[in-house]
Amino acid sequence: MALMRLTSPHAHGPMSTQRVMQSVLLATIPGIIVLTHFFGFGTLVNILWGSIVALACEALALKLRRRPLGFYLKDYSALVTAVLLCIALPPYAPWWLIAVGIASSILLAKHLYGGLGYNPFNPAMVGYVILLISFPIQMTAWAPPRGLGELPGFMEALQACFTPSAYDAITMATPMDLLKQNNSLLIKDLWGQYPQFGRWSGRGWEWANIAFLAGGVWLLYQRIFTWHAPVAMLVTLGLLAAIFYDGGSSASGGSPLFHLLGGATMFGAFFIVTDPVSSAVSLRGRLIFGGLIGVLIYTIRIEGNYPDSVAFAVLIMNFAAPFIDYYTQPRTYGHRKKRAGE
Amino acid sequence: MRKVFDFHGGIHPTENKHQSVRTPIADAGIPPELIIPLSQHIGAPARPLVAIGERVLKGQMIAEALGFVSVPVHAPTSGTIHAIEDRLIAHPSGYLAPCIVITTDGQDEWEAHSGVLNYRTLETADLISIIRNAGIAGMGGAGFPSAVKLSVKADTPIETLIINGTECEPYITADDALMREQAFEIIEGTKILQQIIGPKSTLIGVEDNKPEGIAALCAAAQGTNIEIVTFPTKYPSGGEKQLVEILTGQQVPSGGLPSEVGVVCQNIGSTVAIFDAVVKGRPLISRVTTVTGESVREPQNFEVLIGTPVQYLIDKAGYQSEKNNRLIMGGPMMGFTIPDTGVPIVKTTNCVLAPSEAELSTPPPAQACIRCGMCAEVCPASLLPQQMFWFAQGKEFEKLEEHNLFDCIECGACSFACPSNIPLVQYYRASKSEILQLRHDHEIAEQSRIRFEARQQRLEQAEQEKEAKRAARKIAAQQRAEAAQESGAEDPIQAAIDRAKIKKAEQQQDGAGDESELHKLEKAIASTAKRLTTATTKLEQAQAEGSDLVGALQTGVDKTREKMAVAKQALNDYQQHLDTRSAEQRPADAAQSAIERAMQARTTEAALSPQEKARVDLKKLQNRLKKTQATLLQSHQNAEEAKVIEALESTVARLTEKINALQPLLNTAEDA
Ligand code: SF4
Ligand code: SF4
Repeated sequence: MALMRLTSPHAHGPMSTQRVMQSVLLATIPGIIVLTHFFGFGTLVNILWGSIVALACEALALKLRRRPLGFYLKDYSALVTAVLLCIALPPYAPWWLIAVGIASSILLAKHLYGGLGYNPFNPAMVGYVILLISFPIQMTAWAPPRGLGELPGFMEALQACFTPSAYDAITMATPMDLLKQNNSLLIKDLWGQYPQFGRWSGRGWEWANIAFLAGGVWLLYQRIFTWHAPVAMLVTLGLLAAIFYDGGSSASGGSPLFHLLGGATMFGAFFIVTDPVSSAVSLRGRLIFGGLIGVLIYTIRIEGNYPDSVAFAVLIMNFAAPFIDYYTQPRTYGHRKKRAGE
Repeated sequence: MRKVFDFHGGIHPTENKHQSVRTPIADAGIPPELIIPLSQHIGAPARPLVAIGERVLKGQMIAEALGFVSVPVHAPTSGTIHAIEDRLIAHPSGYLAPCIVITTDGQDEWEAHSGVLNYRTLETADLISIIRNAGIAGMGGAGFPSAVKLSVKADTPIETLIINGTECEPYITADDALMREQAFEIIEGTKILQQIIGPKSTLIGVEDNKPEGIAALCAAAQGTNIEIVTFPTKYPSGGEKQLVEILTGQQVPSGGLPSEVGVVCQNIGSTVAIFDAVVKGRPLISRVTTVTGESVREPQNFEVLIGTPVQYLIDKAGYQSEKNNRLIMGGPMMGFTIPDTGVPIVKTTNCVLAPSEAELSTPPPAQACIRCGMCAEVCPASLLPQQMFWFAQGKEFEKLEEHNLFDCIECGACSFACPSNIPLVQYYRASKSEILQLRHDHEIAEQSRIRFEARQQRLEQAEQEKEAKRAARKIAAQQRAEAAQESGAEDPIQAAIDRAKIKKAEQQQDGAGDESELHKLEKAIASTAKRLTTATTKLEQAQAEGSDLVGALQTGVDKTREKMAVAKQALNDYQQHLDTRSAEQRPADAAQSAIERAMQARTTEAALSPQEKARVDLKKLQNRLKKTQATLLQSHQNAEEAKVIEALESTVARLTEKINALQPLLNTAEDA
């Protein structure tokens, strides 16, 4: 047999892009289970429908761009985008809302920029923000957590998705909204007054956050990403919350635990901030990137008009990522100076 | 325990080392034919000393070193020279190279040789020359001549001598086997190196995955001041720069040599070779090579004669060609595939790897870069491989250099880690050679531009000089006319004086030209010298890193050397020319003698008959013709400008015409 000529290295590590994406998908499972437990089948239906739309959009885009379908579909990136966006959407969202969101993510945010690896913005968050701005009512309609009302069954969830007009949605303000709107009650009293609050944060929300945290830690352990961005984000968010907690007065911004385990904090920290494509690359860069996202999340939560702020914070920092990269280039071996920024 | 340092990045590929160290080093024996490349290392190839058909003895020098960065080649066993011709050799780009082919006779008959048991009595220079004459070149990596590495300048103090026993590439165990079996030789060889270099401390760096080798070394080093330093296994800790950082905490400056931080590195294999050369008088004619991979039945280490064809060697280990689709010389991270099993083992061949498809599978097609940064995390040079990949795709060479592409040691860690299977190193290699090629082209273009400008300048200057001469002649003619008017007739003496004056003035002008010409030549030499030094440092660096560019750089250095020689010769010639000229024509005297000649001519002329006058004229003309023709010939040889030649040719034509015109006159006069 003729000998093959290949250039070194001949060995390859165990990591593959498929494996990265599959791991991310797997790591969302505990969070999805907890969400389903507390808010019913809405999230699951979101994900099912969203995935179908995502694969169709991806196939369409690949076809238009004349790329081999099988090869690119196999990288699971479209599926990851879909799952992440659908987790962020309110349960029992109507089908068209999901479709519009997914299409914006895959077609606009990803393929218009040249496909996987070329998108400067996190596709799931682009889709989310487009929906939030275009359909604020649907986007802020969260179901009440288990125990505060009837949880719809799977069929009802399907009905809510595909014949939304026939479905009578029960919604409730989220703890994040309640805290923001509060200006008269002490934190302690606020907790007493509204059943949406749980032990540390929102009822159900706190467990969902813990589940996403667990998934994130598993990903860290699998070396899918480094700790820098998520830890930096959680630390700045926690610090700011601690500084402005002021013991729980009526003007309080909420306790650190409320913020860390509330809203989309953990989901954002481990599944959104860590998106490699749109984040900073160097380790120092990731520290800055994550840290600033934490600051932005807190600021927008307290000062902004939107219920949660992870998506905005991430998109704003996506803008900044190239600059962060530019100023945090590592010092090459044998060089005295860093290349840029001095 | 000595403090060891960590280096950035690194990976942990599957080691697969145990397979080949289960049995001791085996003797591969004498193959029927040995193919010995004249160049097995960086630097100039050796020059054959033998003729086809000649019988050679084991250890006999069959090719001598040519130049400083060159090592001689010896016959690995006795036999006859079968051919001296181009053969396929093991090289990343797989090309033909001059080789000496020996048909072995199986007698393994040694040439008379002897070593120096008590090497302490030897001078440093003698030791270095023994090492050089034994043909020892680095036995891992690029194969830099050891003697060159050891000849450090007196003004660079060497603090630390580092013996590299890291062997961080997966699969390879050649150094490990040496440590287990020849620890004494390693330590003695190291002592010889100590004697040559005189370092403050001597460290043998070994990765902690070789406990047996480490134990053997420690035992052998007892009572010496040689320290065995172990550190965690991580690829590529055996890279020279990484090892220096691990052991000293210092980084070798970019583009520099380890000696700049007071370190000299040598390979374990080289210490044994040095011991053999000095103590036993045995040149480097064999080495330990690992043969491993799932396509050989008995992976093991062999003592192999240099020049042994790969086929012969892998057959000894039970090669199963049906399982194998690529043969790698070196390890899986930095080794290169060989085109054919006929290529010979050379001094730098530490491993022949015959993997099965399952073991090292054909890489799947690359996917998009997801900017995960895993490549940057593992890069031991702290580069940004993903950015460089981006720029390499877009052929943005300036950006690539800004991102320090040339600090990439091509270790392959980035490609190994990349989840998208992007062959990053391949991009870097291609970009590097493209950049070097561009630089080369640019240099050539620059040179021809300089040459063109110089010529342009010369032409202009010549034009100006001509103009000046013309003006001077005009003035002289006027003066002459005036003088003639005054004296009523042209006075040849006055004319001669005038002419001499003009000539003197012209020569002075020429002199100015001389000076600028001289200056130019000197400047050319200075700039060539500068280029030569930078090229040499680059080369040394590349050699130290074992980079692929060494070949290209070497030719660069050689070319620059040649240029230097040419420039020096030119300067020399010119100076000589100046000397002879000034001896010939001392301007003051010239004027004087011209006057005298003219006076003499007048007196003789006055006494001549017309025939005689014609004859004299003819002779004069013939003389001038001869001279002009000689100049013309010379100009042709010097390939001077067309204009000059043209002018000379027309002069010749004119003179011939005049002579032809005079001839009949003379004849008739004689007839009469
Ligand atoms: S490891 Fe590969 S995919 Fe990841 S950033 Fe580097 S080149 Fe891109
Ligand atoms: S091959 Fe070059 S860029 Fe890649 S890891 Fe090694 S030194 Fe870094």
